[in-house]
Amino acid sequence: MSAPLIDFDEVIANFDPVLGLEVHVELGTASKMFCGCATEFGAEPNTQVCPTCLGLPGSLPVVNGTAVESAIRIGLALNCSIASWCRFARKNYFYPDMPKNFQTSQYDEPICFEGYLDVDVETDEGTRTFRVEIERAHMEEDTGKSLHVGGSTGRIHGADFSLVDYNRAGIPLIEIVTKPLEGAGKYAPEVAKAYVGALRDLLRGLGVSDVKMEQGSLRCDVNLSLRTSPDAPLGTRTETKNVNSLRSVERAIRYEMQRQAALLADGTAIIQETRHWHEDTGVTTSGRVKSDAEDYRYFPEPDLVPVAPSAEWIEQLRSQLPEPPAERSKRLRQEWGISEKEMQSVINAGALDLVLATIAEGADPAASRKWWLGELARRANDEGVELESLAITAKQVADLEALVQSGRLNDKLARQVIDGVLAGEGEPAAVADSRGLQIVSDDSALLAAINEAIAADPDAAQKIRDGKVAAAGALVGAVMKATQGQADAGRVRELVLQELGQ
Amino acid sequence: MSDLIHASAVELAAQIANKTVSAVEVAQAHLDRIAEVDGRVNAFLYVDGDGALEQARAVDHAVASGQALSPLAGVPLALKDVLTQTGVPTTAGSKILEGWRPPYDATVVERLRDAGVVILGKTNMDEFAMGSSTENSAYGPTHNPWDLERIPGGSSGGSAAAVSAYEAPLAIGTDTGGSIRQPAAVTGIVGAKPTYGAVSRYGLVAFSSSLDQAGPFARTVVDTALLHSVIAGHDPRDSTSIKEPVPDVVGAAKSADVSKMRIGVVRELSGEGYQPGVQARFDEAVELLRAQGAEIIEISCPSFTYALGAYYLIAPSECSSNLARFDAMRFGLRTDDNGELSAEDVMRHTRAAGFGPEVKRRIILGTYALSSGYYDAYYGQAQKVRTLITRDFEAAWASVDVLISPTTPTEPFRIGERVNDPVAMYKADLCTLPSSLYGGPAISVPIGLGDENLPVGLQVMAPVMADDQVYRVASAVEKALAQQWGGLLLDQAVAL
Amino acid sequence: MSAISRDDVAHLASLARIELTEQELNDYAGQLDVILTAVASISEVAADDIPPTTHAVPVVNVFREDVVTPSLDRDSVLDHAPAAEDGRFRVPRILDEE
Repeated sequence: MSAPLIDFDEVIANFDPVLGLEVHVELGTASKMFCGCATEFGAEPNTQVCPTCLGLPGSLPVVNGTAVESAIRIGLALNCSIASWCRFARKNYFYPDMPKNFQTSQYDEPICFEGYLDVDVETDEGTRTFRVEIERAHMEEDTGKSLHVGGSTGRIHGADFSLVDYNRAGIPLIEIVTKPLEGAGKYAPEVAKAYVGALRDLLRGLGVSDVKMEQGSLRCDVNLSLRTSPDAPLGTRTETKNVNSLRSVERAIRYEMQRQAALLADGTAIIQETRHWHEDTGVTTSGRVKSDAEDYRYFPEPDLVPVAPSAEWIEQLRSQLPEPPAERSKRLRQEWGISEKEMQSVINAGALDLVLATIAEGADPAASRKWWLGELARRANDEGVELESLAITAKQVADLEALVQSGRLNDKLARQVIDGVLAGEGEPAAVADSRGLQIVSDDSALLAAINEAIAADPDAAQKIRDGKVAAAGALVGAVMKATQGQADAGRVRELVLQELGQ
Repeated sequence: MSDLIHASAVELAAQIANKTVSAVEVAQAHLDRIAEVDGRVNAFLYVDGDGALEQARAVDHAVASGQALSPLAGVPLALKDVLTQTGVPTTAGSKILEGWRPPYDATVVERLRDAGVVILGKTNMDEFAMGSSTENSAYGPTHNPWDLERIPGGSSGGSAAAVSAYEAPLAIGTDTGGSIRQPAAVTGIVGAKPTYGAVSRYGLVAFSSSLDQAGPFARTVVDTALLHSVIAGHDPRDSTSIKEPVPDVVGAAKSADVSKMRIGVVRELSGEGYQPGVQARFDEAVELLRAQGAEIIEISCPSFTYALGAYYLIAPSECSSNLARFDAMRFGLRTDDNGELSAEDVMRHTRAAGFGPEVKRRIILGTYALSSGYYDAYYGQAQKVRTLITRDFEAAWASVDVLISPTTPTEPFRIGERVNDPVAMYKADLCTLPSSLYGGPAISVPIGLGDENLPVGLQVMAPVMADDQVYRVASAVEKALAQQWGGLLLDQAVAL
Repeated sequence: MSAISRDDVAHLASLARIELTEQELNDYAGQLDVILTAVASISEVAADDIPPTTHAVPVVNVFREDVVTPSLDRDSVLDHAPAAEDGRFRVPRILDEE
């Protein structure tokens, strides 16, 4: 299954990668692109379908105006030009999960074109800004979902039959296509990851999509080719599909660079094909060979009329755009009083929106950053998931911090509460209750433990009585151990000194 | 009872409203007529007797309770089997849809129901409306009531024949390149293609989306206008539906005043290929209009010559895409699903078994015309011709109010005569194609019998959204001829 | 233009997912040739400066409000499917990947 690879440094020494990214974003509209069916994720199969999204004979599409508005806003946020007149087109090919056997999309008249998104990447020479140029962003519709039944792998190959659910068919998609990204060299995987991450933050900031990669509402296809030098002609590219997490974007590109380089080094030609990324095994495998026979027979969709956004409408949408991510990050850096590098680590961890949400729920900026970049980032890494996919909300983190601030929890207990929240035991306060986690603040209970500690370590007690207050540490440690960490160490120290006449 | 089947829609509606006759009696009389003659005509693919009587009873109930009635309440109608009706088989004349009962109503059907029109059943048609003779139906040809050996025109041949054979006073057809006007002409009745976008296409099984338009058939111009007014109007479910109010077609049909109108005779739609009898009837109709005070002006529309070529590229291209959904996955026929064949092969086999030869021919042609490397030469070029045809119409409107021509170059040919010659078959639509490509309204009205004693029609074409004008002119012709004949042309047909 | 071969028709039939018999391939090749010859005259007119007409009535910006409307009852849809299972459409095994 896995192909021969060569070392990444060796790839960079001998080849120059050229990247292209196609990102599909499912818009968060209430209804579908061309009909009024709901778009809720996870509904019972085939309960969000109608004649139009099932492609029944006689049905007709009508464009969701909010989807067009979202497309324009995305284009504006990506510094694109907006077409003053454009049409939908039919992309004709047969596939069982595509009800009409054509996808209603846009062809040579995308609604947004010629834009860019700047992303910052840490390099050996410090933070460097890469400009990712956007070729186009266009509107289209999603397909249904097939469940392949039978066979040994559960995958499409070897299946006996398939079961199709069309709930997803017709959900509005925006496809954002970059121009070939050149000159990133060894940073190509990081630039791609930073681009997808920045795009995700931008889309979330616009409020146009929930951008959940694990639910498929943001999907990434990666085109990659290698050439021997930046002056050499472009090499044959592969298109890797199914790259559905930020980590995977980086890993898949790295893998594909190593795989292609191994082939090229061996004198083997790259086949122009679709490849599939497997998150579990960390490899890409060969899919469909792109043949010349592929002919989508695009033509303007006669069932829909052209979209011609007025200049006034575009300007109105432009004036209502949220603060661009780069400006926002500069502003927040100043507000929080942190360095550019610290800010970058928040962004790279995919934590900015989570931190902001936590602040919005009442936590202070430093504590919000501390939790997301510290304990929670560690958990996410252990589980191999994105930070945002952890089963804890910004509200819960803010509540947790409030419990710490109120003196009910210390950091150690708070980490145990996180265990409980992640395990689905409920809200932080409830987890603390049910697990009996609470700083012991009852002085009489503490005094009992202190007196036991004094009795057990008379030498230390005498030293303190003699004025060597530094010796208190041993007794405080013993008390903390006896109370299983639930005591407030500061209070214990005060009481120890008080008991011993200091 | 038998005069119920010969009555006009206007007369029937009046009699039902004033309780001279019940809607149930009217429906039953037509169901009886269908039972009597349809074995020979084959106009209907499905007769919904129970449904029709139930709708009729509802109208009678409304009459009894004194509710306000629409002008066509209780009048029976034949529906072309290309429009969806909830729970009623809808085949589009194709084997691939055999047994399919749609889960939703076409907007046209909804409007008919709301108006209390009684739907008798679904009528035969060329498969997916591709044809000019109704011979391409998977369910056998429809016969022309004037001569059962002849074609009734197409693709709405079943609807036209049903009205012509007194099986229904009203019918709905669809017209993509002449599929209402041409059958109306050759069965001696009235048929109109409204302005593209005037009648919702929601629920109309698409053939060529940019050309398809549903419209009315009846035996008189006023009945046709009434049905037009019931089904037309904006529908938010069809993006190409026109928002402007429907012109007063009924008022225009009733007025029939053509004095001071400027009427253009299209030079390119005459001459070689036009039967002498057709040309003679047309020339007489022109004189009738002149006699009523219309100014007759000869107009040249040079691009009309290219309409046939443009149409037979645009329509097949769009159909190749529209018919892709018939793939055996979600509805309709599925063949050879033996557990061994893949989805792709089951699609190939089902489409091979489910589509007839003309449909396959057009899908292949359209696939070719859209394929990369040929798009510009074929589909793209055809769309440019469409622009030229529109310009010819626009230029004509500077000097005339309407354009007229024969509806068809010839009288109806014999069943089987042109089945192996697609191009000859396509020429039946020569006169009707230009206004289809332009999108304006057009009507066909009977103007007499030709060389073979079979019906000949006059086509009237008008600017986009000037549907009232075609009714005005058609009505004037109908009125003048009624005086000559002492009735309708159809009265001259041999009774079935 | 034109001169359509049997192999051209076979390729088109494959794009259009229709299994054609050898007889049909040959028949259609001949018929399409005749049809394309008959329509070839359109290449004589309409120069580059003529814009194409894709819509008969020139309207733009027809939008629907983003409001959820009722979906179909699942049974009414699956009842008319060639095959269904577990609330889904059952289709034969799929060869191509998309």
